[in-house]
Amino acid sequence: MFTNRLVNILIPVISVILGLLFGAFIMLGFGYNPINGYLALWEGAFGDSYFFGETLRQVTPYILSGLAVAFAFRTGLFNIGVEGQVIMGWLASVWVGLAVDAPMIIHLPLAVIAAGVAGAAWGFLPGLLKAKLGVHEVIVTIMLNYVALYTSNAIVRNVITDGRDRTERIPETASLSSEWISSLTQYSRLHYGLLIALFAAAVMWFMLNKTTRGFELRAVGFNQDASRYAGMNVGRNIILSMVISGAFAGLAGAMEGIGTFGYQSVKGGFTNIGFDGIAVALLGANAAIGVILAAILFGTLKVGALNMPTGAGVPSELVDIVIAMIIFFVASSYMIRWFILKMKKEGK
Amino acid sequence: MEYVIEMLNIRKEFPGIVANDDITLQVKKGEIHALLGENGAGKSTLMNVLFGLYQPEKGEIKVKGKEVQVTDPNVANRLGIGMVHQHFMLVDTFTVTENIILGSEPKKGATVDLKKAEKEVAHLSELYGLKVDPRAKIRDISVGMQQRVEILKTLYRGAEILIFDEPTAVLTPQEIKELIQIMRALIREGKSIILITHKLKEIIEVCDRCTVIRKGKGIGTVEVSETNPTELASLMVGREVSFTTEKTAAVPKDTVLSIRDLSVKDSRNVQMVNNLQLDVRAGEIVGLAGVDGNGQSELIETITGLRKADSGTISLNGKPITNLNPRKVTESGVSHIPQDRHRFGLVLDFPVGENMVLQTYYQAPFANKGMLKYKDIYEKANALIEEYDVRTPSVYTKARALSGGNQQKAIIGREVDRSPDLIIAAQPTRGLDVGAIEFIHKKLIEERDKGRAVLLLSFELDEIMNLSDRIAVMFDGQIVADMKPEETNEQELGLLMAGSNQQKAGDK
Repeated sequence: MFTNRLVNILIPVISVILGLLFGAFIMLGFGYNPINGYLALWEGAFGDSYFFGETLRQVTPYILSGLAVAFAFRTGLFNIGVEGQVIMGWLASVWVGLAVDAPMIIHLPLAVIAAGVAGAAWGFLPGLLKAKLGVHEVIVTIMLNYVALYTSNAIVRNVITDGRDRTERIPETASLSSEWISSLTQYSRLHYGLLIALFAAAVMWFMLNKTTRGFELRAVGFNQDASRYAGMNVGRNIILSMVISGAFAGLAGAMEGIGTFGYQSVKGGFTNIGFDGIAVALLGANAAIGVILAAILFGTLKVGALNMPTGAGVPSELVDIVIAMIIFFVASSYMIRWFILKMKKEGK
Repeated sequence: MEYVIEMLNIRKEFPGIVANDDITLQVKKGEIHALLGENGAGKSTLMNVLFGLYQPEKGEIKVKGKEVQVTDPNVANRLGIGMVHQHFMLVDTFTVTENIILGSEPKKGATVDLKKAEKEVAHLSELYGLKVDPRAKIRDISVGMQQRVEILKTLYRGAEILIFDEPTAVLTPQEIKELIQIMRALIREGKSIILITHKLKEIIEVCDRCTVIRKGKGIGTVEVSETNPTELASLMVGREVSFTTEKTAAVPKDTVLSIRDLSVKDSRNVQMVNNLQLDVRAGEIVGLAGVDGNGQSELIETITGLRKADSGTISLNGKPITNLNPRKVTESGVSHIPQDRHRFGLVLDFPVGENMVLQTYYQAPFANKGMLKYKDIYEKANALIEEYDVRTPSVYTKARALSGGNQQKAIIGREVDRSPDLIIAAQPTRGLDVGAIEFIHKKLIEERDKGRAVLLLSFELDEIMNLSDRIAVMFDGQIVADMKPEETNEQELGLLMAGSNQQKAGDK
């Protein structure tokens, strides 16, 4: 009745439903009408083409940060440093946008590539330490997040500007946004980055499943001893995995830097794009298509939530609780799997 | 007639298969009852039913004549059923006593009464001749000792009926002898034992009766005194099985593998291989005999490039391969059937098909310009599965889902198919049933006859005696004897493996 594949798809779906149900109970508990709340959320995400554009805009970096986490995870690495790699990518794209003067056909790709390279470099370091010295990547990447945050702040304040809190806007030649695509959605901040994100997902799927390099990365992820036995260079694959993961993260930063905002500012705290990427990857079962679907859900919740206070009087913090509940249920997928299997038994 | 355990007409289904179909097992008080069957015949399922891990669809279980429902392992414990698992379930950093009392600690107020527990463990250990130090840490004691701790765990919980799940698979010949004595002591004290195994010699040696199951069906129960290994084997497999693999005399040719003055240290910097010399020629099987831990594993890891040599040379067909990386070694014509097939031999979460090209995925015809060609990969995998009789639902099934014997056949198919000059087979039949062992032995001899050099590492003296054209005994990192199997016997080998040299063996 239930194949394994179906169970694997059911688990995230049930997690999401349970999360939404819990969110409804919490709204009820605090005296709000959950139906109005969720209607407002829906309106806020899909109500008109402007909101829809904003939702897609929010989905874009989530796809990339989700891919970053998922890619590393498929090679058996837990990249908690996506956040820092996002910040470095963001900074690099804006910096190239401001420092270089060139026609768009050169300038824009250059800014995007710079973001990928910056993220990749930020991923290379923990990869190298893990491969050569066995330093655990979780510790290193967490710490590098802070290094990235404060390095970016210092560069914005002291190098790119003269003590100001944000950079100039990047010129049109380095911008992913376009009048035309924006006008389609009543001048939302939707930009061409969505195409880059979808393309990146295709690249990840293709690379992991169709190339010999992907074969090695997956083998190392499942069993390092067998990979070594089979003649693969485990260390090199670990470094490569972190570099590619970092590049995805760096691109996520470019989506914000030269897509949504067009500048980099001194940040008081993390962007959370990287950390949310962990949840996106988890919900998407570390598969390219799953990450896209999970990113759509997270983008929808994030943007739709903005409408909940005005639309239904529900505080937007509640949406964060709903998201947290969904992650909770995904993380406890063992419980749901157990329940499905039990149903399966009794159904027979 | 008094039975302590009766499992009557047990049926257990899993999605798609019937694991146990109408199996009856009756164990008398004070007997050692063997449960014999091939890998995947349903032995473990039946025992898990008895131990309360599975619920049977049909059939009843009686303990001392009373019908019971074993709903979980705690119920089994209360009924006096204890299981000594094949894979030990011990906490490495705890002491023997702490492991034994885990889950049923004697209390003194709010604290654990460790003194009392230690006394009881010591008492039990003495009663059954286990010789276990209650205060030793698990990580400091040998595998054989760890198994005794598992036995003590069941005794401490008052087990009357002990289930041993393939207990000898991990033991050295000496440890096996001691285990047999322990089992006899248990019987003397009135316990009953169910021994899950597919080693016929052990059944003949220690068991009173034997129940055979084949492909999930009960075949019957026989008195061991009225049967012989040949009959048991054919009951288990369902056809005639030969034990001594037929082979012609070896016709060794040129030297393929040549090792000179090799020294290797392990990760703790202990000298494991010490100035070792060894030659293996084309067309011969050299059996590497020895007690585990005398440097055999390190030697093989060094030849295959998984470990660095400190000094000395290894050459293949006259070309040096010392300290090349594993890929270079493989490409120069070495195949390696690893000792630990789960850790090294397979990526368990990969499909069988991908595992079949684990070393060759980057070569034609499986890849072209860095792109995998799955059509060719799965074509190859299907051919290998066919030729080596790997029983799997398809090439897309994860290797994890296969039984041990089929996993091993898959590895052997992959390694032999590369047409290597040298095949290193480390414990190639570990944990397999006679059918699979026969198949693998035949394959290795076939390869020898094709002119390949075969280096066989085994802890089973039978296998060494049976397969080898030449036996090299390894002790303390050196080859201490090099002889033909017909010039020696198990006693002499045993002594050599224990470190006494030939002169001493002769003096006795």
